[in-house]
Amino acid sequence: MRVLMFGWEFPPHIAGGLGTACYGMTRGLARNGVDVTFVVPHAYGDEDQRFTHVLNASEVDALYGSTNSGADDILEKMSFIHIDSNMVPYISPEEYETYHQKYVKTGEKVWSTTDAWKQRYTFSGKYGANLMEEVARYAVVAAQVAKNLEGQFDVIHAHDWLTYYAGIAAKRVSGKPLVVHMHATEYDRSGENINTQVYAIERAGMMAADRVMAVSNLTRNIVINKYGIDPKKVVTVHNAVRFAENAGETPVRGVKDKIVTFLGRITYQKGPDYFVEAAAKVLKKDPNVRFVMAGSGDMMNHVIRRVARLGIADRFHFTGFLRGEDVHKMFQLSDVYVMPSVSEPFGISPLEAMRSNVPVIISKQSGVAEVLDYAIKVDYWDVDALADAIHALVTYPALSKMFSSKGLEEVTNLKWNDAAAKIKAVYESAIEENKNQQL
Amino acid sequence: MKTICLYFQVHQPWRLKKYRFFNMGKDHNYLDDMQNRSILQKVARECYLPMNALLLNLIKEHKGQFRCSFSITGTAIEQFRAYAPEVLESFKQLAATGCVEFLAETYSHSLASMASPEDFKEQVKLHTAVLKKEFGVKPTAFRNTELIYSDTIGEMVAGMGFRTMLAEGAKHILGWKSPNYVYANAIDQKLRLLLRNYKLSDDIAFRFSNQGWDQYPLTASKYVEWLNSEETPGDVINLFMDYETFGEHQKADTGIFDFMKALPKEALDSKQLEFATVSEASKKYQPVAVLHCPHVMSWADEERDITAWLGNELQNEAFSKLYAQKEKVEALKSADFDYVWSFLQTSDHFYYMATKWLSDGDVHSYFNPYDSAYEAFINYMNVLSDFINELDLALEAKKAAKKTTTTRKTATTRKTTTTRKTTKKTEA
Repeated sequence: MRVLMFGWEFPPHIAGGLGTACYGMTRGLARNGVDVTFVVPHAYGDEDQRFTHVLNASEVDALYGSTNSGADDILEKMSFIHIDSNMVPYISPEEYETYHQKYVKTGEKVWSTTDAWKQRYTFSGKYGANLMEEVARYAVVAAQVAKNLEGQFDVIHAHDWLTYYAGIAAKRVSGKPLVVHMHATEYDRSGENINTQVYAIERAGMMAADRVMAVSNLTRNIVINKYGIDPKKVVTVHNAVRFAENAGETPVRGVKDKIVTFLGRITYQKGPDYFVEAAAKVLKKDPNVRFVMAGSGDMMNHVIRRVARLGIADRFHFTGFLRGEDVHKMFQLSDVYVMPSVSEPFGISPLEAMRSNVPVIISKQSGVAEVLDYAIKVDYWDVDALADAIHALVTYPALSKMFSSKGLEEVTNLKWNDAAAKIKAVYESAIEENKNQQL
Repeated sequence: MKTICLYFQVHQPWRLKKYRFFNMGKDHNYLDDMQNRSILQKVARECYLPMNALLLNLIKEHKGQFRCSFSITGTAIEQFRAYAPEVLESFKQLAATGCVEFLAETYSHSLASMASPEDFKEQVKLHTAVLKKEFGVKPTAFRNTELIYSDTIGEMVAGMGFRTMLAEGAKHILGWKSPNYVYANAIDQKLRLLLRNYKLSDDIAFRFSNQGWDQYPLTASKYVEWLNSEETPGDVINLFMDYETFGEHQKADTGIFDFMKALPKEALDSKQLEFATVSEASKKYQPVAVLHCPHVMSWADEERDITAWLGNELQNEAFSKLYAQKEKVEALKSADFDYVWSFLQTSDHFYYMATKWLSDGDVHSYFNPYDSAYEAFINYMNVLSDFINELDLALEAKKAAKKTTTTRKTATTRKTTTTRKTTKKTEA
């Protein structure tokens, strides 16, 4: 079986858990005999290429734009590209500016010249101000990729809303079934104040898809209730965790105090506030604990100020954004790992902590809570319960020993191979159904 | 006859290196040696050495009629010793002329006057000792970090035996009064105050090279004209500024050195102006009034207050956590810890954590090696946390060592001397 997969990030260039999940998943699929063509914007040239063929979307020539090459039919099929503006593919901001001015003045369309489309699209690959343009441009290239690879894949798999238009485009060009993967919903990212544009793309992607995979039942319920997707085509596939072959050296501990760690983006979704408040409560009882907040995000400055105001800055440390080996090192230095997410579709980081023998406390509002028994679960808003759990884990060795050893056992059984087998089954059913529809 | 009182502030902080959480407990070298050395040597080349030579010439040329005053922080002197001993040598030459006065201040350019009288006294004592050692002088005048002053700080300074203190001629304190007279502290009137004439000082320190300024370019004759005019009434004109003004803030190509070279001659030739050091000027005139300053002021920013150092929760937290270590450092009596304790107190660290970026943002960012106040705070707290951790460990070790010596003492009295020696070794 062959899959055309659209993602947004891939290790080592990652900003969040999506890249990690994609990596584990593609490896698992490879072991299950599934070929994956993973399309990611802006390939850096140093991706681990063993398990997927990384296709640099920036290197794909979009030929079909030329008006005299007989590719107008594809243009027609891609009417969806025109979101919000006529800003679709441009080459450089300066060039775009010129074209745009020409368009405004003469009404002449940018793509009416033969050469304008014969360009290599350059993707920034990062979330940025022109995200909507990026998404649209990505979809244009996706269609080209799908056309180039015609007959070389059986199913299309798109991760998160950023690639949904790409997935739809590929489906329309190829007629192959589409599976979309919900790693996070707009409700997880923004609470109730959702970005309606993003919501619309998410919904369009799921409506057009043959199957929707949700990373937890929590996410599945949101998909069904808030997006109105037919429950029959929504399947829960829990994430897993990948074991690194070499665990690396255990770093030497500099301080003898117990270390309690928060690791993740410092944003509303991750509940950093509750971690700080709980830290203050624990420190009142037991000053020989250190708290570490690893990561960065739009709430970081706010959190630093709060820490200073609580007067615990000598026991509460910030590391900034950590990557690769440093993440691993941070887990190994930790005695307790806390993930107080307000809303977490899955949450792969507690699994990585458990893999390093660290007992974890997770919020009940996280998808990962569905698959873990050996983790302390608290409501994210219940700061007292969180403080109590932290205190217990740093004070009672019997408890933390139980959680770390049983937790390791538990997490060892969450294999990407198994998750990938499930995903493969989803593919098969989608392909089957697609065939029946076509008959 | 009016008196010109020139006073220069010389200071360099020990800059901290990027110190991460992962360094804690393992790495106790907190300083960015590379940066400290390169900055100091650059400033020495562009400012300290040429300006000291220029002043020395002026003193010789005018046969003692040109006089000025300095205060040099302990952290600056430490860096001279380490990276540019020739600078220290040239200051010694200036001291030997007898025309230059050295003022006392806090050793680390610290905010100790805001912490407690004990911390403050300790810092001043250290600085007085280093002046004695390097220049063989006993200071009689005092200037606090960044001209931080209030009635009670003045009282503490008088209590330490100083007769003169510098302060800012702040508008909100003076009101209609002129800074060009000698004033007295409101609590202890034996302490005389010289107030900075910020307009005339900043004409040199900030506006000199500003081509948008309607008085640009500033020449020595024009400046002396201002000093002599009726616009500048009074006894003593206090021109206080950073020494780094000359060659560093105002680069050599702005003509700042030529200006300073010409200034004494122009002033003395007018026959209406003379130069005096801080103590000479304050002795020469009777105080015209007491100066009431119940709230703390400084020479910084538009507000002339201390919010640049202690104005937000980050700064307050770092400050209170730092001075909470005082007792531990004292109990240890270890030169290594005293050294770190000293440079951690430097006000610059707190300055980097300022979040007031409105009117004075330019000046703040000019002096700031960090991208943001938050980054400065995190780095400082990481260093401080490790320092606290090390303090606690050292204290524990000391206690444990004491216990073993006393128990052994009772067991075998003959062996006491040898055990003491070994425990000392393990401590070291």
